[in-house]
Amino acid sequence: MKRWVLLIPLVLFLGMAVFLYRGLYLDPSELPSALIDKPFPEFSLPAVQDGKPLTRADLLGKPALVNVWGTWCVACRVEHPVLTKLAQQGVVIYGVNYKDVNADALKWLKDFHDPYQLNINDEAGSLGLNLGVYGAPETFLIDRKGIIRYKHVGIIDETVWREKLAGLYQGLVDEDKP
Amino acid sequence: MMRLLAAAVLALSCTGIAHAAIDAYTFRDDAERARYSQLTRELRCPKCQNQDIADSNAPIAADLRKEIYRMLGEGQSNQQIIDFMVDRYGEFVRYKPELNAHTWLLWFGPAGLLLGGVLLIGVIVVRRRSPRAEEADVLSDEERQRLAHLLDKNHE
Repeated sequence: MKRWVLLIPLVLFLGMAVFLYRGLYLDPSELPSALIDKPFPEFSLPAVQDGKPLTRADLLGKPALVNVWGTWCVACRVEHPVLTKLAQQGVVIYGVNYKDVNADALKWLKDFHDPYQLNINDEAGSLGLNLGVYGAPETFLIDRKGIIRYKHVGIIDETVWREKLAGLYQGLVDEDKP
Repeated sequence: MMRLLAAAVLALSCTGIAHAAIDAYTFRDDAERARYSQLTRELRCPKCQNQDIADSNAPIAADLRKEIYRMLGEGQSNQQIIDFMVDRYGEFVRYKPELNAHTWLLWFGPAGLLLGGVLLIGVIVVRRRSPRAEEADVLSDEERQRLAHLLDKNHE
C-alpha cells in the first residue's frame, strides 16, 4: 500500500476540525437577507411626526440607512446613541417605526434625540413584513436608487459601523460623485 | 351494541370540536384548513429557528400565520404563498428548500457520504481478498520444489 494513503485520515480530520472550528464562531440567528440587490419595497404609510403620507419615492436620492425600530425594543435603546452620532456626522438615516404605538414613538423621539430624517409609521407591520424583518433592530443600507445593498440584523455599535457599514456607505456616496 | 356505537360517534364528534377550538381562524372548507395546516408546518419561524410557524408563539410567527390565512382567502396557490415567504425571508424559511446551487449539498450530502462509505468498504474488502487468493494459488517453481522436498521429507 502506498504511504500517502495513510495520510488520508489525518487530512480528513484536519478538514473537519477547520470546518467545525469556523462553525463555533458563526451566529446561526443571522440569516442572509433575501432582499439584497433588490429594490426597497413599495409602501404608502403615514409619517410618525405629522401623519403626512410617505412613499418609497421619499427615500430616494441619497444613499441611506433605513433603521427598523420600536419603543418596545430594548436593543433599539442601546443602538440609539450610535445612530444619533452618525446622524450628526451627516449620515442619512430613515426610520421605520415597526409595530409600535405612535404616541410612544413620539415621546421616545422627544425624550432622546431624533436622528431620523424621516420616520415611517408601520403600526401594522406591513412594510416590516415586506422587508423580511424578524426582529428589531434591523438596518438596511440602500443606494440613491432605493436598491437594498446590505442588511444588518441587531444593534449597530461603533465596531459594526466601522468594520461593516462605514465602508459600504462611503462606497455608495463615492459612487454618486462623478 | 347500539349504545357503544353512539358513544363512539359522540367521542369522534368531540375531537372535531376540540380541533376547531384551537384555530382562531374560520375556513371555507376542510381543504382550505388542511392547506393552512400544511403550509404553517412547512414554513420555519425566522425568529425561533427550530420551530415551524404553526408551533411558534413568536409575534412574527403569528404575523406570518395571519398572512397565510389572508392569502388563502384570496385564493392564492400554495406555491404562490411559499414564493411570497421565500422572497422576503429567503430559502431559509422552508423546511424543504428548493434544489439549487446553494442547497444541493443539503439534498445529496448524506446520500453521497453513505455511497462513498459503501464504495470504500467495497474497495477494502476486494483488495484484502485478492492478494491472498493469488498467494495461495500461484507458487513459483522454486517454491514448488521446496514444497515437494518438504513433503517428501515428512513421508520418510
